[in-house]
Amino acid sequence: MSSAPHWIEPHPHGIFVRPANAWIDPSRPVARALVTHGHADHARGGHEAVWATPETLAIINLRYGRYPGENAVDYGTTLDLNGVKVSFHPAGHVLGSAQIRMEYQGETVVVTGDFKRRPDPSCAPFEVVPCDIFITEATFGLPVFRHPPTSDEIGKLLGMRAAHPDRCVLVGAYALGKAQRVITELRELCYHEPIYLHGALEKMCALYADHGVDMGPLLPVAGTDKDDLRGAIILAPPSALADRWSRRLPDPITAMASGWMRVRARAQQRGVELPLIISDHADWDELTTTIREVAPKEVWITHGREEALLRWCELHQVKARALAMVGREEEEEEA
Amino acid sequence: MRAFASLVTQLGYTRSRNAKVALIADYLRATPDPDRGWALAALTGEADFAAVKSAAVRSMAMERVDPELFRLSRDFVGDTAETVALIWPEMAPPANDLRLADAVDAFAGVSRARAPALLGEYMDRLDSDGRYALIKLATGAMRVGISARLAKTAFAQGFGLDVDAVEEVWHALSPPYASLFAWGEGGPRPDPEGTPYFRPFMLAHPLEDGTVDLADYAAEWKWDGIRIQIVRVGNDTRLFSRGGDDISAAFPDIAAHMPVEGVFDGELLVRGAVQMGEAASFNALQQRLGRKTVSAKMLAEAPAFVRLYDLLIDGTEDLRLMPWSVRRERLEQRMAALPADRFDLSQIIAAQDFDELGRIRDGARDAAIEGVMLKRRDSLYVPGRRVGLWYKWKRDPLSADCVMMYAQRGSGKRSSFYSDYTFGCWTEDGELVPVGKAYSGFSDTELKWLDKFVRQNTLNRFGPVREVEKSLVLEVAFDSIHESKRHKSGIAMRFPRISRLRRDKPAAEADTVQTLKAFIT
Repeated sequence: MSSAPHWIEPHPHGIFVRPANAWIDPSRPVARALVTHGHADHARGGHEAVWATPETLAIINLRYGRYPGENAVDYGTTLDLNGVKVSFHPAGHVLGSAQIRMEYQGETVVVTGDFKRRPDPSCAPFEVVPCDIFITEATFGLPVFRHPPTSDEIGKLLGMRAAHPDRCVLVGAYALGKAQRVITELRELCYHEPIYLHGALEKMCALYADHGVDMGPLLPVAGTDKDDLRGAIILAPPSALADRWSRRLPDPITAMASGWMRVRARAQQRGVELPLIISDHADWDELTTTIREVAPKEVWITHGREEALLRWCELHQVKARALAMVGREEEEEEA
Repeated sequence: MRAFASLVTQLGYTRSRNAKVALIADYLRATPDPDRGWALAALTGEADFAAVKSAAVRSMAMERVDPELFRLSRDFVGDTAETVALIWPEMAPPANDLRLADAVDAFAGVSRARAPALLGEYMDRLDSDGRYALIKLATGAMRVGISARLAKTAFAQGFGLDVDAVEEVWHALSPPYASLFAWGEGGPRPDPEGTPYFRPFMLAHPLEDGTVDLADYAAEWKWDGIRIQIVRVGNDTRLFSRGGDDISAAFPDIAAHMPVEGVFDGELLVRGAVQMGEAASFNALQQRLGRKTVSAKMLAEAPAFVRLYDLLIDGTEDLRLMPWSVRRERLEQRMAALPADRFDLSQIIAAQDFDELGRIRDGARDAAIEGVMLKRRDSLYVPGRRVGLWYKWKRDPLSADCVMMYAQRGSGKRSSFYSDYTFGCWTEDGELVPVGKAYSGFSDTELKWLDKFVRQNTLNRFGPVREVEKSLVLEVAFDSIHESKRHKSGIAMRFPRISRLRRDKPAAEADTVQTLKAFIT
């Protein structure tokens, strides 16, 4: 790699944009932060000034409170931060998730944050933004990760529910993004029954509804009679699957919605009976297709299975480097 | 194949035994012959398809995917078959139209050279679950987390039969079990009369902390060989190992010298020169295991013999529903007809009471003695383990303090954990040399701790193996120690397992190889 310092400086705890004097998704408090999306490994508390999409700010406000200086930036609007032109573009990951495009002295850099390519009824679709340096994630950067069509997975869920009318299906789904995705995908397949929620999911689902995402009828598990939950689909954060909380449910079939469910051992370790391969991250084909479409001069990889994606870049003669960012993917359940 | 693949996948995600039994039973009832028979053979481990080696499957994948990407994927997934199934490129949505029986027939008729190409053609027709099941089938390693017993139970339950009745005839039948399914559907019970076939063994529970009254129980030595069954019908003699595998070919020195018709239960041992012609350690026996043929030199150097425990069938008379004492008497009567250099009688240990038996047990230093067996004098010969009838009372394990040197990721459920540990002891020169490898004995909580220790104390990585800081002392329990030329330390442990994590003990205070050598038997 070139030894001359670049205006974009990757550090273990974030990406520093030197001329703008701003950090992207820093994992420690800074004066000026650009935040791609609301997941905890990207959006931390304690910053002074923050730039993010309005939806991301709303999510952060709900989860962690407010920052002193909040700057809402709509998709496609261009800002000027000390001569760096900055704009936010849909990443297709969760509501409000953005890729951050930066242009400085004729060079364009895009930071994807986390992203996926397949349609998601709960957020805006990924936009291909051409650039010179493409800074990407690689959570599912191994060729064994190929997410099947989402409708197949939702079909499995509906099939399991239909086969066990006296039980319920308990789906472990991360509170921000995955839960709302599963709900809206169910609605797409014309499932109009009330969907029951663990208390930890209620506020975020309400936030999505406030932002115009049609979630259909949602009911809290708390206060619902056990017998009324027979034949129901219930969503809970993954941590609640094996918790005492689930004892109130009628003989639940444990499901989990995550890209990791592609690997048997991952599902077995968690005691999952119905693995649903539904991910908010790009799979291997999406990662490689995206690199081809964006056609950057260089690929930088923030986190995930970077070794394999580096190898792919080498095989396809794309210049690439791994940044070894820390603290990402601590919440594996989110994938 | 679709139904079978779905069964294999669902079994992988089902924890409850009853639910697994129900899944298999449903499949067997809903699937036609001969597919269900081949599936049952695969689940019970009876099907010796093994048309393709695991290494061939790996190279097939590497022809289609970059080897480096394959290697990285395999390290992450932790299972070669699954990695290949997942990574296999799909050109178009697969038709998924392969029939299980057609695949089995095709593999049975194909040459070893052409088998991988055939597997490749089939893989292109299947989805990832189908590919996974097919690879498991073609390599002969199902390992779907169910025992043969469970599959037989499912069959019995699915067709309203008694599982022990199924076990009794099981080993006389072969896949795809048309006569078995016919029986299940109301036809006659298969009649294996006149063929030498394996009868299920009676097994023992460990004697935990209790004592037994020697008036009710007879004590025998528990020999550290291989439990075998000798079946002679007409002029045909067969030797079966514990799982019912026919091992006659590896032991012609036994098979050719059994003159009495019937079914005998005993321990297969070899004579060792060091032991002055008496039973040698398991190590010596091991040299003769797993061979299709055996050389004259081996027959001379390590002659086998059988120490007889029991007589199940005398001629054609079934003794199994008679008490042990009656069977024992019958066995003693038959001994005179057997060549003494090939067959001897397991001796009853004379002890006044249980305490004396304990002292006799502790005093036994014989290399081939594992402990003591206690058999209720009135026990019938019933298959499997039954409470209160037979007990095994093993000698206390030996133990040593060793230092963790390397760790490797486990497979299957443990693929994300460093769960296999190589540990070492000190030489006189102050060097640490590996003395064994263990992957059991610790709790789930300890496993999590060990995994974290490995990750935080990694010095080097060699593929899936990590070399760790030599700081953690593991107390390792083992049954015995033998000399070994294959290991740098010159010793090999039998049944090593981690008995305790000695986080309190400095590595420098771990045991020396010299100390371990004192245990050699």
